Amino acid sequence: MEGFLPSPWWQFWWLVSLPFLALGLYQLRKIVRERREALPLLAVAGAFVFVLSSLKLPSVTGSCSHPTGTGLSAVLFGGFVTSVLALIVLIYQALLLAHGGITTMGANVFSMGVAGPLVAWILYRAGKQVNLNTFVNIFIAAFIADLFTYVVTSFQLALAFPAAEGGLLSSFAAFMAIFALTQVPLAIVEGVIVALTFKYIIDVRPDILVKLDVLTQNTLNRLKEAAA
Amino acid sequence: MKYKAEIIAGIVIVVFVAIFIFTNSVVQQKLAEGEESWAGADAQAEEFISETGYEPWFSPLWEPPSGEIESLFFSLQAAIGALIIGYFFGYYGAKRKKGTD
Repeated sequence: MEGFLPSPWWQFWWLVSLPFLALGLYQLRKIVRERREALPLLAVAGAFVFVLSSLKLPSVTGSCSHPTGTGLSAVLFGGFVTSVLALIVLIYQALLLAHGGITTMGANVFSMGVAGPLVAWILYRAGKQVNLNTFVNIFIAAFIADLFTYVVTSFQLALAFPAAEGGLLSSFAAFMAIFALTQVPLAIVEGVIVALTFKYIIDVRPDILVKLDVLTQNTLNRLKEAAA
Repeated sequence: MKYKAEIIAGIVIVVFVAIFIFTNSVVQQKLAEGEESWAGADAQAEEFISETGYEPWFSPLWEPPSGEIESLFFSLQAAIGALIIGYFFGYYGAKRKKGTD
C-alpha cells in the first residue's frame, strides 16, 4: 500500500511508532547482555513472524490476507521487542516485495508491531493472573494480536480517508469489512498454531519461560504433570 | 491426553480447508469471465481508496517484475523463518535427549 497514506498521517504514525521502537531496541540490548540464554527463543519468535507473515491465506470473504505471527513474540518478550521484530519483516516485504511500503511503514509498525502485540501481552498477563488455562490464554493472545492489528489498520485508513457521507465511522466499517472480517478465520488458525508451538517450547526449554516470567514454576509443574 | 493440542490444531486446519473449498465453489460460480478471485485484502483496500479519486503519492522503489518473482521472495521469507525455527528446536531437542541440559 505504498503511497496510500497521505500527509500528515504517514509522518504521524512514524512519530507514534518511534518511541515504541526505541524502547524495544533498549529492551533487546538488555536481553542480549543479560539474558543470553533467551536469544535462541528470540530468534524463533522473530522467525515465526517471518514465516506466518509470508503466508497469504484464503478467507471466507473470497479474498486473501496473511497472519501476523506476532503473538508468540508478544507473549514471550512483550510489545516493545515485538515492534522491532515487526519492523524487520516490514522492511523485507517493503523493499523486496513492494508489499506494505516505506511511507506506510510507520503505520504498519504501529498496527502490527505495537497495538496488536501490546493488547495481546496485556490479555496474556491478565489471563495468567486469574490462572486461565495456559494454552487457551496463548490462543486468545495470538488471536487478538492478529485480529486487532487489522482493526487498527482499518482505523488508520478510516482516519486518513473519512467517507464523504457518514464520515469516519462509515469508512471504518468499510475497511473493517475488507480487513478485519477476512482476518477472523486466519486469526483462529494462527492462534492454534502459536499455542501448539508454545507446547513444544515448554517441552524443550521450560526453564527460560520461567526466567522470562511467562510461566510460573507452579503452572509449569502442573502442565508437566498433565502431559506425563 | 498427550496429543490434544496436535489434534485440535489438525481439526482447525481441516475445517479451514473445508471452508475454503466450499467458499471457492461459490465464488467461482459467481465469477464473470476473465475476473480473478482471491485477491489480497490490501489490493481491495487500494481499490476502495482509489475509487474516491485518491492517487498514491509514492510508488515502491522496486517491484517484483512478475508474480513468479514475487512468490520467490515470499517463499524465501518463509524458508528463512522455517530454517531458524527448525534449527533451534532441533538443537534444544537433541540436547535434552542427550541429557546434557
